[in-house]
Amino acid sequence: MKRHLLSAADLSYDDAILVLDTAEELAQVSERTIKKLPTLRGRTVVNLFFEDSTRTRTSFELAAKRLSADVITFSAKGSSVSKGETLKDTALTLEAMGSDAVVVRHSWSGAPANLARWIRGSVVNAGDGTHEHPTQALLDAYTMRRRLGRLEGLRVTIVGDILHSRVARSNVLLLSTLGADVTLVAPPTLLPVGVGSWPAQVSYDLDAVLPKSDVVMMLRVQRERMGPTGEQAAAYFPSAREYSRRYGLDVRRVATLADEAIVMHPGPMVRGMEIAPEVADGVRSTIVEQVANGVSVRMAVLYLLLGGSDSAIGSPS
Amino acid sequence: MTAAPPPSPVPARARLARPVSGDPAAARPVLSSADVARVIDRMAHELLEKTRGGDEVVLLGIPTRGTTLARRLAARVHAFAGLTVPSGSLDITLYRDDLRLKSPRALESTDVPAGGVDGALVVLVDDVLFSGRSVRAALDALADLGRPRAVQLAVLVDRGHRELPIRADYVGKNIPTSLQETVHVLLAEDDGRDAVLLGPADAVREDRARP
Repeated sequence: MKRHLLSAADLSYDDAILVLDTAEELAQVSERTIKKLPTLRGRTVVNLFFEDSTRTRTSFELAAKRLSADVITFSAKGSSVSKGETLKDTALTLEAMGSDAVVVRHSWSGAPANLARWIRGSVVNAGDGTHEHPTQALLDAYTMRRRLGRLEGLRVTIVGDILHSRVARSNVLLLSTLGADVTLVAPPTLLPVGVGSWPAQVSYDLDAVLPKSDVVMMLRVQRERMGPTGEQAAAYFPSAREYSRRYGLDVRRVATLADEAIVMHPGPMVRGMEIAPEVADGVRSTIVEQVANGVSVRMAVLYLLLGGSDSAIGSPS
Repeated sequence: MTAAPPPSPVPARARLARPVSGDPAAARPVLSSADVARVIDRMAHELLEKTRGGDEVVLLGIPTRGTTLARRLAARVHAFAGLTVPSGSLDITLYRDDLRLKSPRALESTDVPAGGVDGALVVLVDDVLFSGRSVRAALDALADLGRPRAVQLAVLVDRGHRELPIRADYVGKNIPTSLQETVHVLLAEDDGRDAVLLGPADAVREDRARP
């Protein structure tokens, strides 16, 4: 049976550990002269990106190519056709071309879930609106485990625009499955309704939380999701300077962290807004590692979904 | 959303690990623990002989028991000739020709000694030589790691029924078998004791699907 990766909640504890362990082995491939495995020879992976992306699109493309899959990348940005029809028509076209998996990014939350109902192949959510981005959560967990040696009981603080962040949502789900303790820090205007029911603590005071954190994950303020041209940003926070002063990670705040603590950012980052340049380039920062780890984790996901007669992880159709 | 479930008692790796087919309890011993030790000693001597003193040899075991055997061979070579032969492991899962017939398997570890394989005399080590498909996969995996000067094959048991033109350079024991039988190699590091057992017909189909 083909399965999908639509949400971090699709992964059980065993599934998630299997992905991380598999990624650990696959990371060796990136260090070899011949960075290629024959595992997905003859399979076709379609990258369907309806929204801007540098990191995720190239990361998935490289992951699929390292496993010898054929890769087709659609960048369907700027399509003005009504959402439902376009997506379905595109899906049926891809189906007719014989794709085995579709990696989809869409500005609409739930688009990958719809796609999964229309096509026979596996669907991997590469970010849907403000909903989820499960492979980002996996690569974040992988990076934490590599740097700190464990996930169980790890104190992870996620700071910033939680409201619009699919990264935060997927991380909360995955990290709670893996036994980490997550604290969300944001101004009240940038927290989603119902955040109280999430398996995470909520705080408005960054300085109080930092000394008790093993991992600090900074998120970008997503102005592009605050009205058509971002003009409604003022409704969420008074000014960039004030946001930065209260919720930005600067050198002074980093000094209050525990010795081993690491600083993460899923990118793209706005230096000087949520994170100071010195912090982004500092020794605690894993930002570049996260990008490298993304390829290994996505190779693991593609292998476990497509490598056999059926899928080893994910949610059923 | 709910709180974190307790970690499953079964590790993810074990969940996908290939099952040992058949029931070792119902199997009859072919080699005892002392026999296994003697056979490995002999293979170590042969290896020194055929590689003119073991120079530039790298032992690469196919997990799980091939890796253990490679380590043991290296230890015996060291005991007999005072020579340190690097040993490591080579996972062949992603190179297997039956990947698409089953659920994706958890990967075993690949651990190539620091010197790499370029220009080395690589000796692949496995517990049982059967269809030859594992060895074919190992040759493909090896080619992606570098270019050895030559490749040889050492197996503890050759049970026949080859499906590919592959033969071993070092054989611990030739055991003629029927396709209905299963061969279990037990090693102390992995199984608590050393032995080679010949098992009855159950679960043969599963064993057969393993290259």
